[in-house]
Amino acid sequence: MTAKAPKRLAARTLRIRGEKVRVWEKGRGRPLGVLAGLFGYPVWTPFLEALAAKRRVIVPALPGHPGGGDFRSLDDLADWVIATQERLEAAGLLGADLVGLGPGGALAAEVAAFSPESVKRLVLVAPFGLFDEREPVADFWAKRASELPGTFSARPAEFAAQVLAPPAGADLIEFQVQQVRALESAARLLWPFGDRGLAKRLHRVAAPTLLVWGSEDRIVPASYAKRFAAGIAGRTRIRSLAGAGHRADFDAPDALAKAILDFLK
Amino acid sequence: MKLLWFHLMPYTDLPDDFKQKHPSVWVDIDSRLFDPARAHTMYNDFLDELEFAAEVGFDGICCNEHHQNAYGLMPSPNLIAAALARRTRDAALCVMGNSLALYNPPTRVAEEFAMLDAISGGRLIAGFPVGTPMDTCFAYGQNPSQLRERYYEAHDLILKAWTTDELFAWNGRYNQLRYVNPWPRPVQKPHPPIWIPGGGSVETWRWCAQLDYVYAYLSYFGYKLGEATMHGFWEEMDRLGKDRNPFRAGFLQFVGVAESREEALDLYTEPALYFYERCLHVDARYAAPPGYMSEATIRARVKSQVVQAATASATDSHAYGRPAFEEIVSKGYVIIGSPDEVAEQLREVAVNLNVGQLMLLLQFGNMRKELVFHNTELFAKRVAPQLSGLFEDEWENRWWPKPLAAAQRAVPRSLA
Repeated sequence: MTAKAPKRLAARTLRIRGEKVRVWEKGRGRPLGVLAGLFGYPVWTPFLEALAAKRRVIVPALPGHPGGGDFRSLDDLADWVIATQERLEAAGLLGADLVGLGPGGALAAEVAAFSPESVKRLVLVAPFGLFDEREPVADFWAKRASELPGTFSARPAEFAAQVLAPPAGADLIEFQVQQVRALESAARLLWPFGDRGLAKRLHRVAAPTLLVWGSEDRIVPASYAKRFAAGIAGRTRIRSLAGAGHRADFDAPDALAKAILDFLK
Repeated sequence: MKLLWFHLMPYTDLPDDFKQKHPSVWVDIDSRLFDPARAHTMYNDFLDELEFAAEVGFDGICCNEHHQNAYGLMPSPNLIAAALARRTRDAALCVMGNSLALYNPPTRVAEEFAMLDAISGGRLIAGFPVGTPMDTCFAYGQNPSQLRERYYEAHDLILKAWTTDELFAWNGRYNQLRYVNPWPRPVQKPHPPIWIPGGGSVETWRWCAQLDYVYAYLSYFGYKLGEATMHGFWEEMDRLGKDRNPFRAGFLQFVGVAESREEALDLYTEPALYFYERCLHVDARYAAPPGYMSEATIRARVKSQVVQAATASATDSHAYGRPAFEEIVSKGYVIIGSPDEVAEQLREVAVNLNVGQLMLLLQFGNMRKELVFHNTELFAKRVAPQLSGLFEDEWENRWWPKPLAAAQRAVPRSLA
């Protein structure tokens, strides 16, 4: 764990069109938005803690993620982009630096494309959103339970124990429902995998952009970093995190936070 | 009671080492295993079998829809039903059915079912399944989080298309059609009977009750595992104030009839093992895309140890284990025996599960045509008479086709 946080974790509940949306905030300095990856954030994590050592980290929960409110009213990409934009607005993140991971990365890229002024600098960590038939994104929904930890993480045993298993004292049934719901929200956004037009819109992304991939990502091939970089209009930089899997924020929290903070310096 | 003869149309030439060498019979099955010349023979055999079943007096013949699946060679059941409509006279044509969310626009189902009803002179039973995850979400790429919403909307659109005389506009969440006006229209009014094949979800039971549809529980695991589901269904009907009319319910059962139990074992062991070992070799990866199952159903399943055990046996053991034939019989997946033994067991199943529409799989696995005919004929001549009339004095079957009167029915020209 990195240096002692300068401020306690604060949780707020925003009201967005009648939906209650949880927003976490911790740290001092310029605001930095984080849009979570697969499964969302049931708990505050070492990755967020490491970012909060240097920046005021603001994490609005995405639709369907723990604390994120309804997602089943979102039918198409326009609905998702607006829901994301509304969360950024309500959380005071418009025009701020933005980090997006996995599906949160796809949404961050879409917001930056639809509304370039919304994002100052962009960090995409193994984002979804592009698709190449010759090197397809892995279908992580079509896995046996035993294959899941190794699909998401290069530290499968720890991932199984710390992310996939319910925390002590949790309601087992509700934890399972929450987890399936988070995966369903990703499915609602991304299923069936394929390009939904982001490739055509990437040229609208004007923000300087960092693309980070775990070298062991078994879901979105690391080569996709170049595809994103080729399409984005703003200055781009690619970083690979040795030994990390798709959920690089779990596998290498400090290294990922350092890469992000260095880029945003 | 009604006896319906159901064909899954399994590919009969899967290799002996299929299970060892191939991950799944469904979705990503190796296309090189498919021999079109053999399929030509299979399709024609299968159609012969369905036609024979109609000829020997089964009340209805059934086909269904699967995609990228070696145990179900009917991506389009409507093509099969069209062929059957011309070559059968009186049997109900039970298309079990069209997975509504897969038809774009869903008015295609309203049109094709109306064609089938017209060609057959009003013999169609319209099955409206959601479809399995393998068919809908994987083979057809439907979004599992939207599948049911699309299904319900498609249902509403089709019903309105069948029952509205005026052209109308449809401004749905998933379908927008400025001009809905299907031509042709179904013979049966207000529409053909609607049957809903389902798993065990409470939502589906309630929906069937609300709309007065037949609920058909189509499981490959027989009456013993089906008991819990069907009892749950009837308890729900009680709670909703619906009567216990057995014709509200359909149930699927494998059956093998012979002169004796020993002979039945001899005849049906191989095709049954072929079905349970090769045809049901479905990769568990494709079983549970998130969103396919409602949260209420997830909660109910996690809570219910009984259902959990049944689910486990339906996925894990068959995906990875090898059920012995004795187990297949003792668990009731397949009912075998002499005509009297089979009749006695089926009567018990029908009464105990309170099911008036009994769907029978008398062809299964790689069963060859001669044996299918034998099984079908023995059933028709020596089992069916022992079941006839069951429930019929006490209950009305409001869910059966009402065809045109005989004098109004066209007679297809015979082949030269």
